[in-house]
Formats: sequence, structure tokens, C-alpha cells
Amino acid sequence: MSQVLRSTVDIDSPAYRENEAAMRARLAELAAEQAKALAGGGEKYVRRHHDRGKLLARERIELLVDPDSAFLELSPLAAWGTDFPVGASVVTGIGVVEGVECVIVANDPTVRGGTSNPWTLRKTFRANDIAVANRLPVISLVESGGADLATQSEIFIPGGRLFRDLTRLSAAGIPTVTAVFGNATAGGAYVPGMSDYTIMVKQRAKVFLGGPPLVKMATGEEADDEALGGAEMHAGTSGLADYLAEDEVDALRQTRRVVARLNWRKQGPAPAAHPAEPRHDPEELLGIVSADLRVPFDPREVIARIVDGSEFDEFKPRYGTSLTTGWAAVHGYPIGILANARGVLFSEESQKATQFIQLANASDTPLLFLQNTTGYMVGADYEQAGIIKHGAMMINAVANSRVPHLTIVMGASYGAGNYGMCGRAYDPRFLFSWPNAKSAVMGPAQLAGVLSIVARQAAAARGQDYDEDKDEAMRRMVEEQVETESLAPFLSGRLYDDGVIDPRDTRTVLGICLSAIHSAPVRGADGYGVFRM
Amino acid sequence: MISRLMVANRGEIARRVIRTCRALGISPVVVCSDPDADAPFVAEADAAVRLPGASPTETYLRAAALVAAARAAGADAVHPGYGFLSENAAFARAVLDAGLTWVGPDPDCIEAMGSKIAAKKRMAAAGVPVLPELDPESVTEDDLPVLVKASAGGGGRGMRTVRSLADLPGELAAARAEAASAFGDGAVFCEPLLTGARHVEVQVLADAHGTVWALGERECSIQRRHQKIVEETPSPAVDAGIRARLCEAAVTAARAIGYVGAGTVEFLLDDQGRFHFLEVNTRLQVEHPVTECVYGMDLVAWQLAVAEGERLPAEPPAPRGHAIEVRLYAEDPAHDWRPASGRLLRFEVSDVDAEFAVPPSYGLRLDAGVASGSEVGVHYDPMLAKVIAWAPNRTAAARRLAAALAGARVHGLTTNRELLVNVLRHPEFLAGRTDTAFLDRHGVAALAEPLAGPDAVRLSALAAALAEAQRRRATARVQRTVPAGWRNLPSAPQRVAFRHAESIVDVEYRLTRDGLASNVPGEPTLLSATEDQVVLDVAGVRHRFAVAGYDTGDGRLVAVDSPLGPVSLATVPRFPDPDAVLAEGATVAPMPGTVLRVAVREGDRVDAGAELLVLEAMKMEHRVTAAASGVVTELPVRPGQQVDAGTVLAVVSDPHPERDVERP
Repeated sequence: MSQVLRSTVDIDSPAYRENEAAMRARLAELAAEQAKALAGGGEKYVRRHHDRGKLLARERIELLVDPDSAFLELSPLAAWGTDFPVGASVVTGIGVVEGVECVIVANDPTVRGGTSNPWTLRKTFRANDIAVANRLPVISLVESGGADLATQSEIFIPGGRLFRDLTRLSAAGIPTVTAVFGNATAGGAYVPGMSDYTIMVKQRAKVFLGGPPLVKMATGEEADDEALGGAEMHAGTSGLADYLAEDEVDALRQTRRVVARLNWRKQGPAPAAHPAEPRHDPEELLGIVSADLRVPFDPREVIARIVDGSEFDEFKPRYGTSLTTGWAAVHGYPIGILANARGVLFSEESQKATQFIQLANASDTPLLFLQNTTGYMVGADYEQAGIIKHGAMMINAVANSRVPHLTIVMGASYGAGNYGMCGRAYDPRFLFSWPNAKSAVMGPAQLAGVLSIVARQAAAARGQDYDEDKDEAMRRMVEEQVETESLAPFLSGRLYDDGVIDPRDTRTVLGICLSAIHSAPVRGADGYGVFRM
Repeated sequence: MISRLMVANRGEIARRVIRTCRALGISPVVVCSDPDADAPFVAEADAAVRLPGASPTETYLRAAALVAAARAAGADAVHPGYGFLSENAAFARAVLDAGLTWVGPDPDCIEAMGSKIAAKKRMAAAGVPVLPELDPESVTEDDLPVLVKASAGGGGRGMRTVRSLADLPGELAAARAEAASAFGDGAVFCEPLLTGARHVEVQVLADAHGTVWALGERECSIQRRHQKIVEETPSPAVDAGIRARLCEAAVTAARAIGYVGAGTVEFLLDDQGRFHFLEVNTRLQVEHPVTECVYGMDLVAWQLAVAEGERLPAEPPAPRGHAIEVRLYAEDPAHDWRPASGRLLRFEVSDVDAEFAVPPSYGLRLDAGVASGSEVGVHYDPMLAKVIAWAPNRTAAARRLAAALAGARVHGLTTNRELLVNVLRHPEFLAGRTDTAFLDRHGVAALAEPLAGPDAVRLSALAAALAEAQRRRATARVQRTVPAGWRNLPSAPQRVAFRHAESIVDVEYRLTRDGLASNVPGEPTLLSATEDQVVLDVAGVRHRFAVAGYDTGDGRLVAVDSPLGPVSLATVPRFPDPDAVLAEGATVAPMPGTVLRVAVREGDRVDAGAELLVLEAMKMEHRVTAAASGVVTELPVRPGQQVDAGTVLAVVSDPHPERDVERP
């Protein structure tokens, strides 16, 4: 009999109410940012696109995926806080097509003609990485004006990876399907060119290396769009198109048929058939998470609202209690969970985590990291007790673990705690943030304080007086900058997570991710780096 | 004594006879055509003899084959049911000549009554009031309107109303053709058409020892195409005085021909209480259950007893209460009663008190020829079932019957159920004003109005969409337990379109954290949804919808039943089939049938409404006309060809279409 987590959350307490109000305010901000991504190129360009009888990127996706199935959009805030529109003129995500989980990449032609900027590339690369790591077929819905030429220097050289990824996917036995709805010219022409299957929409798709003006300039030849790269030409003459679609809807129908015939089989184990919903209301996550990141919260209250039946068998509950570890299941998939309970990681926590990660690898169990950490403990006692060695053990285990990792940044993610708890650099299969999350080398106040102390010491060394007013201004500026740059939208904009999610959706998001992950085999590590004892 | 009885019939009446056989310990055997091989009556019989073929002439109308079947099955008696050869004297003789017991009157008696022309003469002579007979060749303007009838007829076949002399030759020809096809006898005659009259008939039961019972009257005035659809006893138009005279006339008629067994004497009753003899049906009637209920007796059991030579008691039992029967047909009243065929996906009538038998007390009786999954073919009468309510009085019976029909789950085929419910709930019906012009007077279109109004249709469509969503989730290959239609960035609701009657119902829905969001007015909220039941709350009132989805050959049908009325929805595919685009101007077969004749040739110019060809289906001739003027460019069918519903029969194109307007 599994251990069922009890909850001690008091939803009428002032703390709960404050937390909830703060979280709702953050969710409203998040919704406003997501609305920007959803708006694409804005009303005018959306209308113009519709007037041409074309569907929007998300309309194409809605028709492509199975009715009533889920669609998890990835990196929706890409390019947030940059000079480029939120969303980076491409929609990526995981959708179910004919019962097959696929990575879908759809250009948004209403945003600057669907041209690719550096963030478009990064977002697409991330989608491709997810496809490779989890063995998910890739469906590209192409309509792009090509590279955003103003940023060509940042795109041209790294952009080659796009085509490399497609063919490597194919080589790995992961199918790639491309439907072309409009322009796919120059470099863009290689997306259909590198795909296993290609569908082109009659009189809409234009796939050529050089268009009429370029051809005229290069060779003097007079040729029109259709002759150079029309769908009918490619379907009947060049053979680049495998299927000719009557219209956009027909292209999506044919894409679905192609996927239906992939004979796709997931290689990971199937989930348990009838997982129980959590016994505690996920709605309460809003008030459980502290509005003030300095106030720790019990991650068991979160786990109780995420895992099947709120059942959690805790491992080493009396040892290293600042990190909670244990076994559970989400949507029928067994997982091991590591969750920060009181922010700081000590030697005990590090050793406990190292053992737990090895156990998960021994039993081929995916791991979920619930981050709310201020980092590894500092101080003479801890240094002398070997906190570096122990932290290194934990990072060694995380880095070399081969079972799939999922990371949720629930709150703070500071310092090397970000690494030990499987931050972005440790390649978790998926990493999502809650809207209140913050990641940085340390907290803004601490960072500003450290800078102040260092400056003060430097001044003293030079024998100068220290300007306290300047120090105050510097501290405020640094704090503000670090605060902004540690917030979830900023980091999400830079692709340091796969999206900012509503905490109440965590179970659903994990369910989708775990299901996608199990498209690939789930196997633990055979070896680790040398554990320094 | 009869020990093994063969029913020379099919469907509901075969089951009815089998039911009595079981009650009496007689072994029932049946015959079956190829399409009937899996029918319920075949499954219920002790033995079944195959009659190869499908059409009645190949099967249930082959007297010799039927007699051979009876012998092969070891039957010692034959019950003819009704229709087919039930009033065929030659068949009765063949049965008797084979040494078998014939459950019915003497062949001579059948013969005497089989010709309606001769029967009328005989009845007139016995003093029974009759209508004058008109020679079809000498009908004048003054005689109009007249009714053309097949002399050998029954069941409305070969019967035609003529209101203009110009129509007479055509209708005569059609009636003769129909009569010849249905009865093997093309003789027809004319009678004055009494408008506003009632069709009233008396059930008689006579033994071979001189006792003749008249078991009250049945009123069967509400008819479509001369076929009864609502029957009841007693008649609201018959008082004790008229009843006494009717019964006396019926007994006189039976005695005049030495009738033995169960039979029916039909009369036309006018609003003055005068009545005229129409004909004698020398067999059991379709509507016999109402008499059985009210008199508390098993008429089939008495038919067998009389055939075995038993005596009737001197007096019949006393009647009790009121019984109404309706005939549930697979047909579309709103479209000229077009018969429907195909698979009856579900057939469920709730709270039935008895099947093929009198309920122990007042209650609901069901005599059905079909069951869920039955195939309703094109070869036979499309009657699915008879539903009978028996209650202390007429209004109570009508209310019970209407409720039973409205709540029945009948999926896959269009039926006349809603028309029947509307008739039973009509104030004029409840007031007893039910003459033969009832349907015309109140309008078939109005009476065929669906029970579910536009709001009910939209709610039902929403329920259908939500139930289908549950089904899709439950059968999903992956992410089965993830919330339906989940999005982290919702950009559009789930959309599904249903075809309902001639319109499209678009449903948009999204299941959010805060509940159901939909485009259905009234802001319905979702209380629960499974793949077969959805509960919605609309303005504080809970509505429960039973939902059943079926994969049919050409799509998915979702049938929604609720107290708001039944709603049948055909799912419009998300992606149109690019090959299924019909040529513009194509005329398709409205139902399965046989092409009887083709009136045009390829290249002919036709005007809108011109006859293109004639389709025979369900024994009726259907004219297929041009929807628009133009030239016949395709004519892919030929006479005699079997066509399915939806088969392209002809394409009429406009040879001078408007030029496409160049757009800038």
C-alpha cells in the first residue's frame, strides 16, 4: 500500500490568500504575454492572410491534430524581451496526429512574412532537439519568406543545422513530414527537400532555390513561379512533392494520412491503464507556492497535487531533509522525484540525491526535479565538510544519469543548485517554469551586496573613500537588472526553459511530456564520472 | 390437433403467431427469404425453410414453394398471416390439398370476397348497405372525386385517388400495374370517394358450428396513402346504437358467406352515422391487437382453435377500456413518405408490459418485427413495429402511447415516429375527430414536425460532441488520461459539425479549468459526460441526454435521445473527401430501388421538373425529375438496374453557364 500524502494546507489562512493573489497576478501577466504570441503579426496581417484563403499557423495545427487531443505549445514566449516579436514567428509544440505524438513546427506567416530570425532558429532547434531525444516524428508546416536578411549574419552559419537536424532525424528512423503552404524558397526549400515525406498545396506552394528575379539575374532565363517551384511541377515533374493537395485543408488531411501510415511504435513502456487523479485539488497550488521566494514551502503539498492518487513513497525521509526524494507516478508513468524542501543543499542532501539518482537509473525510472533552491551551503564548516565534493557528486550523477529528466522550476533556482537540480545545461528532456520562478547565479540582493563588498574592498585597497550614495545607486540598479533577468518570461524568451506554465497545469504538462518521452526507450546509465569520495 | 404450424409469412406477424404457438405448445416453423435469414422471427422459430431469392414473387408469394416448405418442415398446419398469400384462395386450396390444416376461412369464401366487385354484389343482396360501383371507363366529371381500387387489393396497394378526369387514365394504368405486381391480378374498379368519412371495421370470429361473434369496431381512419397508421377500438365516432347496427351488419355479412375463422368486415362511416360495406378481409388484420387488448383474448389462439374445430362460447367476452395502435414505419413523412432502408442501429421501447400479447392489466404492448441491428430491406413493407397502448379511456391510452413513442430509441433509420406522436397529441385527435382526411386537413408537414425544437437540437448536438469527445479520449492511443482538448495557449475551441435534417449544426466547445465553454445559447454547463450519457445544466435545469454513436458505411451517426426529443446527427467529416464531389446538376437516387423506366436520352433538353426516370422502391413508383433546366449530359442508369441511395441517376447541365467574371 502506497503512502498517501496528507495535506495541511489551510486555504483560509492569510498566507494562502496572499500567495494566491500574487500567483493570480503573475498568471494574468503571463496571459498578456501569451496573448502577444497568439496575436501573431497582429489583426491587419491576420486579416490579410485570411482574405487570401489561408489558415493561420495555429489553425493549421488545430486541423492537423486529433480532435480533442492535447497540444502542448513549446517556447511560446521565445524572443520575449528582444527586438523580435514574442513567439519568434514560429509555433512549435507536441501534438497527437493519428495517435502519434509528433513535434509540430509551423511558420507563422503573419509575422514578418514568416521570416526566420535568430530566435526562430533557436526555437526550431529546440523543437528538433526534443524530437531527437524523445524519438518524435517531426511535422513541418512551412510558409516562410526565408531568412530575415537584416539578421543574416546570426542566421546563415548556424542555420545550416536546420537541414542537418532533419536528415539526422531521418537517419535515426524518426520520420519527417513537411507540408508546404506557401513560400519555401532558397534555404527554405531544403525543408521539404530534407524531409521523408512532402505534401504541397496546389497553386500555393512555391519551392525553389531561386525565384524568377534571381534566375533572370543569374542566367537570363525567364521562368515563372509555377515553372520554377509550383506544387504541380514538383508533384509531376521534379518529384520533390510526394503528394499534391487541393488546398490547405486537403494538405492537412494528407499529412494525417502520411502519419497514419508510418506504422509508428513507441519504444518506451506503456503507462498504467487507470491512474487515479490526485486526491488533493491542484487549484490549491496557487496558494501553496510562496509569493516571497524567501519563504520555503513543503514540496509534498505540490507532489500531492501532481502525482497519481497523491501516492508518494518517500526515500530516506529522515536524512538530508532539505531535499525530498521518493517514488510516485504521473498519468501512469512511474517517476522518481527530487524536490527542494528548504532551499539549501547540504552535504547530506547531495549524497542522498546522488544515491537516489543512481537508484532511478538502476530501475530505468524517469526523474522529476522540482526546483526551489538557493544553492549549496556556503561557510567554513560546510567547505571543510566537503560541500564541493558532495555537490560535485550530485552534479556528476545528474549529468551522467541516462533516464529521462523533467524539471519544473517552482520558485528559486540559484547558484549551483540550478545545476544539481538539473537546470537547462543538464539537458532535461523538458524544463518548465512557474510564473513566479527566478533563476540566477544568486538572489538580486545578494548579488548586489557581493558587488558592493567587493567594490568597498577595492576602494579600501586603493586607500580611497567609498561613495555610499553611488553604492546605493549601484546596488539598486544591479538588483533591478538581476531581478528582471532572473524572471521567468525573460528566461523563457531566451529559450532557457520550454515554457512558463500555470502551476495547476503541471500534472497535465508532465503527463504529455512523459508520454512523449516514452516514444524513446527509457534506460538508465551504465556509468558515471569518478565520484570523489 | 395441430402440433407443428408453419407461418407462411415474415416479420412481426410471424413473431406474433410464434408467440401463440409457444403459449399453446405448438412447434412453430417459418419460411424465410435470403434477406430475412437473420431476422428475429427466423431465430425464434423451431425450424426455418429457406426460400431462395429476395423479392416477394421469388419467395413469400410462391404457393408451391410454401406448401413444399411446410411438408419439408413437417408442419401439419399453415397460418398465412396477413398480406402475401393470406387472401389467396388457390394457396388455401393447395395447403388443404396437401393434407394440411389451413388456418383461415374456406377457399371458396376467400374467393368470394377476394373479388371486391363480386363481394359488393353479394353483400348488397344480403341486405348489407354498399357504395355504388363505377365503371372506370364511364366515370364522368360529376362522379369525381373517385377512388380507383384493385379488386384483389389490400393494404392500399393499387389504390389511387382521382380528382380530375385527365388524371384518370394514368392513375388507372398505374393502379393496374401496381395491383398486377402486388396481387397478380390487375383488375381495378372505381368508387365514389367519400371525403371526411371514417374507416370503421368490425372484427368477427366465427366457428364451424354457426356461432359468429362481432368483437366491436375498430376505427382506422388515419391513413397515409390508403394505409392505416393509427387504429383504435372503440371508435370515438361510434355510439352504442351505431355499434349495434355495425355489429349486426358484420354478422349478417359473415353469415351470408358462411364465414369461419377470424375476419374483418370493413365499412365507411359518414358523419350522419350511415355506413357502407367496403370489403371483407378474410384473414387476421394488422390492427388485431387493439381488439385483443380490449376483449382480453388471443385471436390467433382462437384462429387455431376454430381451425381445430372447436366451438366458440355463445357470447364474446365484454370489452374493457380503450386501446390505440400505431404503426411505426421506416419512412419519411416529410418527404412524400419516402421509405427508408438500411440498418436499424437501435430499437428500444421502454416500459413495455407485453410483447405480442395482451398486457396483464392496462399497459403497453409491442409487436415488433425488428430488433436492434436488423436490416430493413427494400423488398418488403417498411413497417418496423406496432406499438399499442391499452388504458381505461382514450385520452389515457393516447398519452401513454405518445410518451412511449417519444421516448423510444430508434436509431439509424428515418421513421414516422414523430408524426405519430404529433397525431396522438393533437387536440383534434384527442377530441375524436379522426376521419380519413385527418392528415390532409392538419397537414403532413406540420404533423411531421420534429419533437426537438431548434434549441433542443443545439443542446443535443452539444451533448453529442461532448460524448464523442469522451469516446475519443477513452480510445486514444496516447495521452488517454490527459484532459480533452487541453491547450497551454488556447487559440480555438474544438469544432464539430453535424448534419441534422437539411441543415448543418456547428458546435464549438472547450473544456476549461472553469468548466464548459461552448457556442450553444443559454450557457449550458457540463455536469457529467461519458460516451453514452451527458448531463447539461441550462439555467438551473438539468437535462440528461442519452448518446449513441455508430460508424456507418459512410460516416458516423450520433443519435441523441432526451425528453427534449430525439435528434439524429450525422457527423460532417473534418476533411471533405476530395473524391466525393458530385457533378453539379447530378440527380441522385433518393432511396434504394430499381430503375423502372427512363424518360429521357443523353443530349435531351429538359425543363426543370421534367420527368427523367421512374424509380420503383418499396412497391411504389417514384418520379425523378430535373431540378433545373438544361441538357442531359450523363445518364448512367438503364431500366431494370438496381440503384443504391445516392447513386447518380442523371446529370443535367446548363450548356450556357455564365462566364466566370474576371476579378481584378
